[in-house]
Amino acid sequence: MYPAKFDYLAPETLEEALSILHERGDEVKILAGGQSLIPMMKLRFASPPTLMDINRLPGLSRINRTNGTLEFDALVRHNDVVKSDAAKANHTVSRAAPWVADPIVRNLGTVAGSLAHHDPEGDWASVMLATGAELVLTSSDSQRTVKIDDFLVDMFTTNCLPNEMVTKVRVPAHSSRGGGDYQKLERKVGDYATVGVATSLELDEGGRVAKAGIALTSVFHHNLKVPEAEAALEGERPSDELFAEAANIASQVCDPASDVRGSAEYKRHVVDVFTRRGLAKSYETAKGGLT
Amino acid sequence: MTATEHRPHTPPEIGGLGHSRKRVEDARFIEGRGNYVDDIELPGMLHMAIHRSPVAHARILSIDTSEAEAVEGVVAVVTGEFLAGYNLAWMPTLSGDTQAVLATDKVRFQGQEVAAVIATDRYVAEDAARMIHVDYEELEPIVNPQRSLEDDAPLIRDDKEDVESNLCYEWDSGDKDGTDAAFAGADKIVTLQTHYPRSHPSPLETCGVVADVNPATSQATIYMTSQAPHAHRTVFALVAGLPEQNIRIVSPDIGGGFGNKVPVYPGYVVATAASLVIGKPVKWMETRTENLISTGFARDYYMKGELAVSNEGKILGLRVDMLSDQGAFYADAQPTKFRAGLFHIVTGSYDYPVAHVATRGAYTNKAPGGVAYRCSFRVTEASYLIERLVQNAAYELGMDPAEFRLKNFIQPDQFPYHSPTGFVYDSGDYEAALRKAMGMVGYDQIQAEKEQARKEGKLVGIGIASFTEVVGAGHGEDYDILGLKMFDSAELRVHPTGKAILKLGVRSQGQGHETTFAQIVAEELGIPADDIKIVEGDTDNTPYGLGTYASRSTPVAGAATAVISRKLREKGKKIAAHLLEASEEDLTWDNGKFHVAGDPESAVTIQDVAFAAYTNPPPGLEPGLEGVHYYDPPNMTYPFGSYIVVVDVDPESGQWKVRRMVAVDDCGVKINPMIVEGQIHGGLAEGYAMSSMQYITFDESGNCIGSNFMDYLIPTAWETPRFELGETVTPSPHHPFGAKGVGESATVGSPAAYVNAVIDALQHLGVTNIDMPVSPDRVWAAMEKANSG
Repeated sequence: MYPAKFDYLAPETLEEALSILHERGDEVKILAGGQSLIPMMKLRFASPPTLMDINRLPGLSRINRTNGTLEFDALVRHNDVVKSDAAKANHTVSRAAPWVADPIVRNLGTVAGSLAHHDPEGDWASVMLATGAELVLTSSDSQRTVKIDDFLVDMFTTNCLPNEMVTKVRVPAHSSRGGGDYQKLERKVGDYATVGVATSLELDEGGRVAKAGIALTSVFHHNLKVPEAEAALEGERPSDELFAEAANIASQVCDPASDVRGSAEYKRHVVDVFTRRGLAKSYETAKGGLT
Repeated sequence: MTATEHRPHTPPEIGGLGHSRKRVEDARFIEGRGNYVDDIELPGMLHMAIHRSPVAHARILSIDTSEAEAVEGVVAVVTGEFLAGYNLAWMPTLSGDTQAVLATDKVRFQGQEVAAVIATDRYVAEDAARMIHVDYEELEPIVNPQRSLEDDAPLIRDDKEDVESNLCYEWDSGDKDGTDAAFAGADKIVTLQTHYPRSHPSPLETCGVVADVNPATSQATIYMTSQAPHAHRTVFALVAGLPEQNIRIVSPDIGGGFGNKVPVYPGYVVATAASLVIGKPVKWMETRTENLISTGFARDYYMKGELAVSNEGKILGLRVDMLSDQGAFYADAQPTKFRAGLFHIVTGSYDYPVAHVATRGAYTNKAPGGVAYRCSFRVTEASYLIERLVQNAAYELGMDPAEFRLKNFIQPDQFPYHSPTGFVYDSGDYEAALRKAMGMVGYDQIQAEKEQARKEGKLVGIGIASFTEVVGAGHGEDYDILGLKMFDSAELRVHPTGKAILKLGVRSQGQGHETTFAQIVAEELGIPADDIKIVEGDTDNTPYGLGTYASRSTPVAGAATAVISRKLREKGKKIAAHLLEASEEDLTWDNGKFHVAGDPESAVTIQDVAFAAYTNPPPGLEPGLEGVHYYDPPNMTYPFGSYIVVVDVDPESGQWKVRRMVAVDDCGVKINPMIVEGQIHGGLAEGYAMSSMQYITFDESGNCIGSNFMDYLIPTAWETPRFELGETVTPSPHHPFGAKGVGESATVGSPAAYVNAVIDALQHLGVTNIDMPVSPDRVWAAMEKANSG
């Protein structure tokens, strides 16, 4: 590959990395897995003056499960999630992980990096929107926690400041009456989604939907949470008809573009089908926790 | 001939025909010790990067190279104007057209070569190439051949004299009047209109060159990704005006070709010209994007096929009208006589008296090429059309597609079979292959499952393709490239210790020649295959040949190898007679040994004979054990097979999955069954790619969609179906050991089988065609259309 010239920095500690961002954040791109950034540099769609490689930073590769929360450090790779038992605490997360890219990309690409990149064709942002995740953003002088809905601004745009780095991603664990799924249509392994649908359900003791999450990939100019469809589910007793109603709403709200992956009509149709299937699968898991 | 089993004649330690000998070349590839063009480093070597057109069709107003020339490390910036000073701005294509080396007047496709930077390293060259500024006056881009042939379409090739339209060629074959008469008398006419989309061979190794012209000796050594080094040397001599003896083309290890490395590309010519002018070696290796957007594409045929049939289910005739999208320059690598390659083999495996095939090609603002991607000169498009058409005909007649095929196959006793468009099929037993495939898949059982599934609202489809290929060009009388007859050659020298070197005019790009060609010599001379070294790819060091493509290595160079081995055996017999003090007539040959008939104890080995050839030749006999043979085959070979695919289609999303893929191939006598199996696996995977996901398309401005592997899809092990292989063996009657080519059978035969399976799942809804790639969105759209109308 023949990218434009760039400076390369490889700090050894988080403090050092944050101080580099503090000094020259505007011109720095963070290199984590590089699975989106490097191809963009290869095609010269991106020509950052400086690359800061954070792969040498210690202690940033853990997946922790504490008090109903699943927490991913900045350098957790997609494949770490695939292999993790702890990650099974959130069904949407664990079912989505094997659908991310291909095995080679999964070995290097990171969850946090994917979210910070915010390609609307990326899978993780939909998963996080459906499950109500939050991110920890750290700079040399402060740390803040941001809800995923606020973090994602528009395609390739987040509210992460130039001096900040995503250091943690936190996802609520599902309860025993919770379930989740990720349905993805892709042309081949490693392709971006033609359509992706993340779903999450929590049932109350009586078996009604206490909380629902639905978010869509590749069918809007950013990953799209569908509160209208979630609202249609919440408080209701799950049924095929109910899921079909929510799916129909999702298919109306999305706004896909026609391209080589398919026509807008087709993608809208797949949103309908996959939302229905995803909710049914999520419910399948959740109802196992009903006594 | 009838299908027979073939068993090895030689013991494993000799390793002749029929042994699944492990590939001897793999050790160096696996250990990273191959030697590809990009591995070649020469002292003082410079690097080249190409500035390409961002637009599809535009007049060049000016080219400003000053900023690029000022970059530190840039040695030269080459433009078309500069090359014109050496008469090198244009070059001939393998189809006798001309192609711009670097554009002077207009750019005619996105990605066309406009200028080149020669610099001390590739990074400098790449940066500087982006500092070349070209002023364009944009013209209407033509992105399909239909628009190209309209009266008011702008002329793409205004560089050519006396050209008034974008028609590139017009050619027909067969009997038009006879065909029309057959259609007039037909009970039914079945029509299929379909597009075989543009694809790209995309070998893992992109194209490249290291050109080293020594100003002191005028010797040009050109290391190049070439499937046909000898033919390329001749083209270089003609293009550059260099004396042919001073040109040495070396085609080192090649990382896949699939037809992509048959043409001569502008980058090769510019690097050579630059080396000539600068006096230093110049290296150029394409990036992946350069390979995909500018080098030989394949297919892109718009085909209309009509089959005339009787109510009893007999085919009466075939009529085909085809329009091809040729891109900006007519650069198909194909025999001169046949303007649409061997597309007129489209009559397929079926017996009927008449056919007419009309073909036209049109220039468009797309990359040139039209290479046969793992295919013998457009036989892929032909096979696809007839196999799709016969299935639709069966539906139209209410017949089972297998039954319809069985009723119309050419019968074993009809060979040699004279086809309505002029081919002479050498041998075949099509029914045996289809029946074998039906047995393997459990045809009746699967049909029952399909009916049952349909009742449950599920969609299951069964697709068949019973293809016939035509491979192994020539004979030279009908087949030539730029006048060069399509023979091939083998030069064999057995050394005093009985070890041999075989030099060939062909060039392996992964086919395993170092393994298989040694097995041919082992079979014929009894020398262990491990004792035979194969040399290919260096024009100074190998006999002249037309190269490796169109499955021609085994049919032609393999035949040459067998013939020269037999000639040396004949000479060896004279030496053996001398050693045994016997008469030649009394000698018997048995796997590497001559002995007096009835007395196996008094034997000399081929090794004894070789030693004597140099140390104790019979009086009056020329010493040594060496010879060369140029083989002009009497005919092509016609491998065939039957493939059956079973798919499950998701009625909601249109996604489809291959449940079974049964492939019965007949390539005559096999040299190495393991390598044949590998070839078939590769071809079945590529066929799956084309049928399901792989194509290069363009937007309306002529921008290439598919310029990298994120957009041009190559299936991985994950998508690729599981294959179940079977065989029948029908030897070629004219090949010295009965072999036919096989490297391309599966690419040719399988796309129709996959697509037929999907169509079969939907045909009760009224769906008769989905153009490839049969992606889920297209399946859904076809179902929607059928449901609504």
